[in-house]
Amino acid sequence: MLKQIGLLAIAGMLVLSACSKKQQTNVEYGNQNQILFIANGDEPQALDPHITTGAPDFHVISSLFEGLISLDPKTLAVEPGAAASWDISEDQLTYTFHLQPQGKWSNGDPVTAQDFVYSWQRALSPALGNQYAYMMYYIENAEAFGKGEMTDFSQVGVKALDANTLQVKLNNPTPYFLQVLDHHTYYPVHPATIEKFGKMTDRVSPWTLPGNIVSNYAFKLKRWEINKVIEVEKNENYWDADVVKLKGIQFFPITQQQVEERAFRSGQVHLTYTPQLAIEKIATYEKENPEVLKKVLVYSNYFYIFNTTRKPFDDVRVRKALAYAVDREALVKRVTKGGEIPAYHFVPPDPAGHSPKSYFTYDVEKARALLAEAGFPNGEGFPAFDILFNTHDNHRKIALAIQQMWRDKLNIQANLMNQEWKVYLNTQQNLHYDVSRKAWIADYLDPSNFYELLLSYGGNNDTGWKNTEYDKLVEGAQREQDPQKRFELFEQANKIIADEMPVAPLYFMSDINLVRTNVKNWYQNVLHRHPYKTVYLETKAE
Amino acid sequence: MLKYIFFRLLAAIPVLFFVVLITFILVRMAPGGPFDEERAVPPQVLENLNKRYKLNDPIAVQFGDYLFNLLKGDFGPSYKYPSRTVTELIATGLPTTVELGLYALCFAALLGMISGVFAGLKPNTWQDYTFMSVAMIGICLPSFVLGPLLILLFGIQLEWLPVSGWGVSQGDKILPAITLGAAYAAYVARLTRGGMLEVMSQDYIRTARAKGVSNINVVVHHALRGALMPVIAFAGPAAAGLLSGSFVVETIYQIPGLGRFYLQAAFNRDYTMILGTTIFFASLIIFFNFIADILQAWMNPKLRQSLSK
Repeated sequence: MLKQIGLLAIAGMLVLSACSKKQQTNVEYGNQNQILFIANGDEPQALDPHITTGAPDFHVISSLFEGLISLDPKTLAVEPGAAASWDISEDQLTYTFHLQPQGKWSNGDPVTAQDFVYSWQRALSPALGNQYAYMMYYIENAEAFGKGEMTDFSQVGVKALDANTLQVKLNNPTPYFLQVLDHHTYYPVHPATIEKFGKMTDRVSPWTLPGNIVSNYAFKLKRWEINKVIEVEKNENYWDADVVKLKGIQFFPITQQQVEERAFRSGQVHLTYTPQLAIEKIATYEKENPEVLKKVLVYSNYFYIFNTTRKPFDDVRVRKALAYAVDREALVKRVTKGGEIPAYHFVPPDPAGHSPKSYFTYDVEKARALLAEAGFPNGEGFPAFDILFNTHDNHRKIALAIQQMWRDKLNIQANLMNQEWKVYLNTQQNLHYDVSRKAWIADYLDPSNFYELLLSYGGNNDTGWKNTEYDKLVEGAQREQDPQKRFELFEQANKIIADEMPVAPLYFMSDINLVRTNVKNWYQNVLHRHPYKTVYLETKAE
Repeated sequence: MLKYIFFRLLAAIPVLFFVVLITFILVRMAPGGPFDEERAVPPQVLENLNKRYKLNDPIAVQFGDYLFNLLKGDFGPSYKYPSRTVTELIATGLPTTVELGLYALCFAALLGMISGVFAGLKPNTWQDYTFMSVAMIGICLPSFVLGPLLILLFGIQLEWLPVSGWGVSQGDKILPAITLGAAYAAYVARLTRGGMLEVMSQDYIRTARAKGVSNINVVVHHALRGALMPVIAFAGPAAAGLLSGSFVVETIYQIPGLGRFYLQAAFNRDYTMILGTTIFFASLIIFFNFIADILQAWMNPKLRQSLSK
């Protein structure tokens, strides 16, 4: 009998050893063949730049399509993309773009100004249901067209002056308009391909599937197997193909942080692309493999919002007391541990110049005094309330820490309320919560991204807080051309947030990725933008 | 027998109808819609999307439309993946799930039968206790515990096998198949052991031994056939369970199977995808149970006779 068991064990070992570590990993194969393997978080819902909304989608789409401008991976400065150059009128209202003379689609067709007109009309068309159509409302009459109040697209401020020249007219001077053009909603699509597989505004269309899609950036789609892999290969028709060293990229939809980290460790991917590594892993990598751990502050914030329509959070003293009693230094050092910066103002410092002032700090005595003033001396009589967050380890850990701080410092009881993502969104948007976690990552490099969140009429203002003075200041700043005056207006808005405290800023987030050392020209930046065309793999390092 | 088959098939129709009805109602009752995002969808856009997918129609009309399309074999478009229909997505995920299920079934049958036979041949010895203890652990250990343990050992510590993916690197099918098949292997082992114990005490085995037939021949040619009858009866529900219950394993190992689509559809409130996969899995379970019943009736003359009356 023992002999038979032994034979069985040997057979099992043979099967396993057939797959032993001697075989080539993805990373080894990629290094030899200039194929980059990326853990891309989730499965993209679409590769249609006018339909998609998620970051994993953008990571793939930005390997396929190029807008009029591109961003420098190091500095995020605007540089030529599909447009070789541009002129801006003196009144800052008219932009004239001169397209790359050699600009081609992946099927060899020239990229024309008319393609952009068609694409932008499609992106704005109400029938398509583009959730980012509002990003184009800077353009003259775009909002009216996007809302279906106007049906004649020729009235919208986009015109092809000739095959190579595109003219764009804006409603107001918008200092950051060029930055915005890097957003995927402004990317061009190939009109003939769209029409081949349906109408311009067909949401359900197979035009983005492999074999169908035609794109204009450094790579073209080769394979898309849902929940398995998306593979792109070099587009030889790209106008700047000479600088592209990578032969291809493979994106894996790995949703769990732990699985993602294991995939990196076992040589399945060159880099991870989700915003944050599992907290427990950070210290180990810092100690054992600091060279692959990439931490960078992103243009983003993590904060708690108060339901200002509910008692006792309708009282600004209560909101301030809660905000002042959070030890943010301890939070980032002992809980999040990813190099985050404690936030004492709502809007993160802007690399372009806006540095909001702090009007409060961690001050337990003041918090207690405010709470007593609001009728809750030493927290007595303060009703138990819920901290709402969506299912995620990190959110739970943060909520636990803050719950403890409020209990210890203010003697008030907060309960944790964990909800699944869609339920959480529903609860938050319908103001069925007390205190809720929220975070925001900027789409472009301008403070408007954040100040807009608290506009009285803003779709993303889930606090119930309304302040017309604040609205006027933010709207004024959006129109203002003089950077200094703009920042002054934003600063006044910042002061109002601190005075009214509809939100409690907690920290400015950092991006924590694992990147192998042989991945070159992959720069961390505050917008988490990584143009692929200059990225390559150095073979010797691995 | 034919009458029995006919009525069993007929009974499947109301079962499926209620599955569709209850699922339809439940998904609509769940908070949050398919287009809810962290960045609020502008009201006009939401209105257009609802219009596009006819979500503004009364719920009864929506259900009627869905049933009508279903009768035509159309599961509708996926809300999450606008470039594909639910039928296409099921067709994409199904081969992977079937493949995984087959590997797991083979693993379960092979390991379960071999260890069951060994345990059955040496009842109440240390070998028997060892095999049955391992089988008990296999039954008790859920796949979400076993999976990470196997990954830790074979993927991270020994670096023998890849830890995620499907068909993207060599050997990436071994750990998922073991994780999924372990519990079934344990069941098969216990069933085989029981069968062996029963068969080995039969007169014809004693006769065979008295005639000088070797031990191996007795087991392979005489005992095994009878001992495996309960295992064959278990194979139908096991196959259904392996196909419909793989979503945990598919999630752990990031396998692009139907189970993972099902889970994602629920999180995304992808109404048509939830309904499509539910109907598909329900049909699968009904079908396998139906086959198991027919097989049992075919193998058991007493049951067959009672059904014929």
